[in-house]
Amino acid sequence: MDLKDKLVSSFLAFENNVDVHNPVHDVRTEAIKNFETKGFPSKKEEAWKYTSLNSLQKIDFSIFPKKESSLEYKDVKKYFIHQIDTYKIVFVDGVYSSNLSETTHDGVDICLMSAALTKPMYKAVIDVYFNKVASKDESLTTLNTAFSREGAYIYIPKNKVPKKPIEIIHFSTGNDAALMLQPRNLIIAEENSEMQIIERHQSLTSNAVLTNCVTEIFAAKNAIVDYYKVQNDVDSASLIDNTYVDQKDGSHVKVHTFSFGGKLMRNNLNFYQNGERIDSTMKGITIIGDKQHVDHHTLVHHIQPNCESHQDYKGIYADSATGVFNGKIIVDKIAQKTNAFQQNNNILISDKATINTKPQLEIFADDVKCSHGCTIGQLDEEALFYLQSRGIPKKEARALLMYAFANNVLESVRIPELKVRINKLIANKLGVNLGFDL
Amino acid sequence: MLKIKDLHASVEGKGILKGINLEVGAGEVHAIMGPNGSGKSTLASVIAGNETYEVTAGGIFLDEENIEDLSPEERAHNGVFLSFQYPVEIPGVSVTNFMKTAINESRKAKGLEDMPAKDMLKLIRDKSELLEIDRKFLSRSLNEGFSGGEKKRNEIFQMAMLEPKLAILDETDSGLDIDALRIVANGVNKLKNKDNAIVVITHYQRLLEYIVPDYVHVLYNGKIVKSGTKELALELEEKGYDWIKQEAAV
Repeated sequence: MDLKDKLVSSFLAFENNVDVHNPVHDVRTEAIKNFETKGFPSKKEEAWKYTSLNSLQKIDFSIFPKKESSLEYKDVKKYFIHQIDTYKIVFVDGVYSSNLSETTHDGVDICLMSAALTKPMYKAVIDVYFNKVASKDESLTTLNTAFSREGAYIYIPKNKVPKKPIEIIHFSTGNDAALMLQPRNLIIAEENSEMQIIERHQSLTSNAVLTNCVTEIFAAKNAIVDYYKVQNDVDSASLIDNTYVDQKDGSHVKVHTFSFGGKLMRNNLNFYQNGERIDSTMKGITIIGDKQHVDHHTLVHHIQPNCESHQDYKGIYADSATGVFNGKIIVDKIAQKTNAFQQNNNILISDKATINTKPQLEIFADDVKCSHGCTIGQLDEEALFYLQSRGIPKKEARALLMYAFANNVLESVRIPELKVRINKLIANKLGVNLGFDL
Repeated sequence: MLKIKDLHASVEGKGILKGINLEVGAGEVHAIMGPNGSGKSTLASVIAGNETYEVTAGGIFLDEENIEDLSPEERAHNGVFLSFQYPVEIPGVSVTNFMKTAINESRKAKGLEDMPAKDMLKLIRDKSELLEIDRKFLSRSLNEGFSGGEKKRNEIFQMAMLEPKLAILDETDSGLDIDALRIVANGVNKLKNKDNAIVVITHYQRLLEYIVPDYVHVLYNGKIVKSGTKELALELEEKGYDWIKQEAAV
């Protein structure tokens, strides 16, 4: 049975474990119908031209974990930003892990999607927000919606700021030979609220994992959301991330994506600017090698006037790695005085590495500033000689140049300990022991 | 200290150095002068180990050891320093971090631990004072947006930090106003001692008023065609290079 059929038939089993009378289930039922019609996207679709899901569909993924497993904090501590205190929403093989988590209801809700979807006290919020910005049409998103049951639920009321950053971590233990996970996150920042979130998916074995994640973010007037995605998974793990952001007047939402490891990483970031004076920022550093594949698909829809968007993606590709950057900017006719900037710079350090980069600008307003630029290059030999002539060995000199190429993306990271961690991951990825302390 | 024997070097098959012979002893300052395109900068690059150039014959010896097979960084670890004519801009790497990395990598190559942060800071402070460099300057990205003078001052600052045995200054005077020239030359003179040697590559005599050479060599068409003392530099200043070319043609 192929993966699509398996998923569709698993939906019946899924229904035995959820309340089918909950209105949320109507949403799921609609969604599975859409997925059944559409199936997995193929390379014939423009948006999937350079990313193939064929080999993943041949793997016999378990749709539900066979048994529950638990992890000890000391064994997975290194995946947390453990130098600082954080709220933690942690899942092991898709199941909430209470011993690794630290949730709260103290003035803010940092807890579980399963609770939010089932408990009456959250119904009003769920009615207003659940599946409201996520696509009802895109097949992988609707697949996730169909199976939406668990994930992170974060609700920050007006004028509130959680005491510490929030970590959302999904571990997979390899108890199943191959496991598919479909986390569903709902993040709501009410007026003038502020939060910082770090998300990570981490497989602990070499068994195959496919994560199809959907995150909906709602930023109300003047809210600030900083979202950091740390992708440094093992080579048997793949991630399809679908993030949808709905922004209102004066809100600032930043998503940083650090892609350093995994078999296939597809990042679909969709920003909708439903207000004025909005700032949307998407930044990324991609450093991959071997046969790894990273695909960044971004969309900013400027719906109202006087807003800004900033995109800055840096990519370094070694060995036979492949990369994709597809950045779409839509400026509606009434969205005058839009400032939209997009930058994608890449270094190929092997003859076999590939990058496909494509800006897509659809501008219907006439008083806007839009700029885009993409570059593909190699390391500067003269700069390399300069560093070497000062006693820095070639390998370290190359690493330093690559770090220098990418590091302006880190300037906007507002959690210093996270920045240190990313620096270490970069050094590690480049195979050097340099501090990169700035 | 430095011995160059019948050195031939080419780039993309085109011969540039055509039999250079040069000996530089400890405590000496040598000036290499010559018209544009004579091979001065190539000589500097080849000594520092730039792999763009191919050594086709002859050899370079540092303390009697042939350094042909050494990488640029290994040459640096052995005390070779090249002050670049056009220092490369490296956005994203601060001057301080660059120097820390350079010094600690050199120490690592010698089997030493990283320099303690406190000592590093003191060293940076002392040497930046020597070159009259503002502390703020040190946190800027290496050479990015630096004026010509700042770049050259930064090169000599690096020389001061690394304390090389053999320093080659490639057109260090170009792009400098008189004040910057004085600061740079003063820095070089303070770094000079009986154990190290300096090779000054320059087109004009101007720098040699400040860094006084023991020997002056004229490079023309890939060969040293004339050697003398500092008076030769004055003669060149006065008469230009044409007479050298004529002499060489004979």
